[in-house]
Amino acid sequence: MPTKIEKDALTGIELKGHEWDGIKELNTPLPRWWLYVFYATIVWAAGYMVFYPAVPWLGGHSVGVLGYTARDDLADKLKAQQARRAGGVAKIEAAAPAAILKDQELLKIARRGGEVAFKENCAACHGVGGAGTKGSYPVLADDDWIWGGSVDAIALTIRHGIRSEDPNARASEMPAYGAGLLTPAQIDEVAEFVLSLSGKATSTAAAGKGSITYAEQCAACHGEKGQGNVELGAPKLSDQIWLYGGTKAAIVAQVSKPRQGVMPAFEGRLDETTRKMLAVYVHALGGGQ
Amino acid sequence: MSEQVASESAVSRKASRPPEKRESLYADWVKVHPKAVKGPIRRIKWIALVVFLAIYYLVPWLRWDRGPGAPDQAMLLSMDEGRAYILGLEIWAQEIYYLTGLLVLAALGLFFVTSLFGRIWCGYACPQTVWTDLFLAVERFVEGDRNARIRLDQAPLSLAKLAKRGVKHGIWIVIAVLTGGAWVFYFWDAPTIARELLTGDAGTGLYALIFLFTATTYLLAGWAREQVCTYMCPWPRFQSAMFDEDTLIVTYERWRGEPRGSHKAGAGWEGRGDCVDCNQCVAVCPTGIDIRDGSQLECIGCGLCIDACNAVMAKVGRPANLITFDTQRAQDAIAKGRERPRFQLVRLRTAVYLAIMAFVGIAMLIGLATRSPVEMNALHERNPLFVTLSDGSIRNAYTLRVLNKRLEERELVLALEGLPGAVLTLPGHPARPDGRVALRAKPDEVMTLQAFVKAPRDIVRESQEIRLVLRGEKGQVEAERAAPFKGPPGGPSR
Repeated sequence: MPTKIEKDALTGIELKGHEWDGIKELNTPLPRWWLYVFYATIVWAAGYMVFYPAVPWLGGHSVGVLGYTARDDLADKLKAQQARRAGGVAKIEAAAPAAILKDQELLKIARRGGEVAFKENCAACHGVGGAGTKGSYPVLADDDWIWGGSVDAIALTIRHGIRSEDPNARASEMPAYGAGLLTPAQIDEVAEFVLSLSGKATSTAAAGKGSITYAEQCAACHGEKGQGNVELGAPKLSDQIWLYGGTKAAIVAQVSKPRQGVMPAFEGRLDETTRKMLAVYVHALGGGQ
Repeated sequence: MSEQVASESAVSRKASRPPEKRESLYADWVKVHPKAVKGPIRRIKWIALVVFLAIYYLVPWLRWDRGPGAPDQAMLLSMDEGRAYILGLEIWAQEIYYLTGLLVLAALGLFFVTSLFGRIWCGYACPQTVWTDLFLAVERFVEGDRNARIRLDQAPLSLAKLAKRGVKHGIWIVIAVLTGGAWVFYFWDAPTIARELLTGDAGTGLYALIFLFTATTYLLAGWAREQVCTYMCPWPRFQSAMFDEDTLIVTYERWRGEPRGSHKAGAGWEGRGDCVDCNQCVAVCPTGIDIRDGSQLECIGCGLCIDACNAVMAKVGRPANLITFDTQRAQDAIAKGRERPRFQLVRLRTAVYLAIMAFVGIAMLIGLATRSPVEMNALHERNPLFVTLSDGSIRNAYTLRVLNKRLEERELVLALEGLPGAVLTLPGHPARPDGRVALRAKPDEVMTLQAFVKAPRDIVRESQEIRLVLRGEKGQVEAERAAPFKGPPGGPSR
């Protein structure tokens, strides 16, 4: 400690008593308000360490007298959120899907809930808003349904899936006609006939020949006029919607070696209320029947 | 070259000057201890204080019947509902520009009044002034007048000092809590929220809000006081732009005050000014300035120095109003021995402010008179942009929001225009034979609707515009919205 505090001649401010190569440091202390705030944070930190988990040690950490954990906090918040939703959820639980569609208030709740569930579980394949994925996953916003577009049919599809591992899943299989069942020429003619159903045939002669093969091989499932059959999941062939493409080449490919989509069952993954809201949401996308 | 010459001359000037003593430009804050004063201006200030506090505390409790379902508070800015209720006027959140218009009008009104009468807003009506005045009154009541307070500040810490300080801050905090507490009444139904606050049922957010306004009131009116006006408030910095020679300001009549000096009773007044240099004008000033130095930034124009000076002038037997509210023009004229000019109410400046105020006011009135009681928004669904249906036609989806601002139910009809051949459907709302859709809009509500527009493939381009028109009971157009209608790329097929 210097016995006499030296003052800077020019400014009159006290010096700290250090000197580096002739440079002396002025004593300019921190502002008092700043210092007090700093002390207050130290006091706060001490209190925090007592009440909240703070000190880590091997294999754990101090718990704090409040017993607070962020995980419990989240659980509480989730519980509170569920309690807040309980009223609406209970109404959805009690109502049949068809009744929900008729009630504007219930419909609003179900569409909200269904939208969230859809984005989490369905949108990866079927696209946000049911836009579908060209060539693999059906559009859900249009009016064409392979396995039925009533709200109950949609609910059933969501519950058990299509060609899934669920024993109650609906399944059907289109034979691979290219593997010897039909000759390439016959397949070509059938494709022409299928195109003619929606007025797109390139050769009426070929389409005429194809009609015979179609009646023998295809009409049982797809219907005589290509009207399809939702019971068997046989798509309508007379409309403008082609899941795997509507060009002749795409149709030939599909007849020769069919691709068939698989939809997982959501029973066990989503509870009944969520599935109900999902079915209503999909139905209300615009194509529900 | 010239640069060099300049720098050389600067050097020589520097050298010729005596070495300067370096002084800090920093001036520490000196606490102001305004003295109590009596007089007509102080009385006006007391009345202003009571009136403005009464307005602040009572307005949220005024009721205004708006019929069932609507709040009956005359002045309510409901954050929860996004509505501002001002007497018969109901402003929705998206019409916030009406509130902006009101604020613009208030600002122009302030300019107008300032150009006429100087800083009477600062001196009498500003909340900072009103609450500081109130807090100073408390301080004076507890700790005594100016000299007693200066003594108390310098006195060592004692039990008596601690007690006085404690009582003062206690009362300050009570006032601050009441101030902060009253603020929230403007944003929620006052009786309901008052009951909740008293029973402890109100949310923590509300208490936090009250704490915030309590803290700011306590700090600004109790501790910061005149420093708010001098350092924090932007208004004093540019109010001089509204001043001119015809603006009333607090003025010291230098021409008859100087030379100042103390005066013995019985002595003559020849060869000297009327100012007896008693410093009363400085002692009573709430911002601690000397008005005899002329018009200055810190002066809030409250005129308490006028009261103080007039009391002294009466005592020494000289004419009153050595310090007075007067215009620069009048003072200049009198100082030069001319006749006092008439006070100019109508000037280019005041006329311009009035004209702008009238323009804004009329624009707002027209806006309010013609504002639509129904609004509609149409949001085009982008996931997916469009859907191809079985028959090849193209369908777009929209989310419509229909706002009914009236407090009665409306029968509205929605029609699609701009795309002949297209069909509009709204699930849950059956279409009429003419293809339009009837909607029942509940009072004071926002309806969210799902709408589909379907058009044959051969009229659909990649992108076109449709119009959704909402008509009222008599077929009048209430709202109209353009929205895109999207189709597959490549234009109409076949």
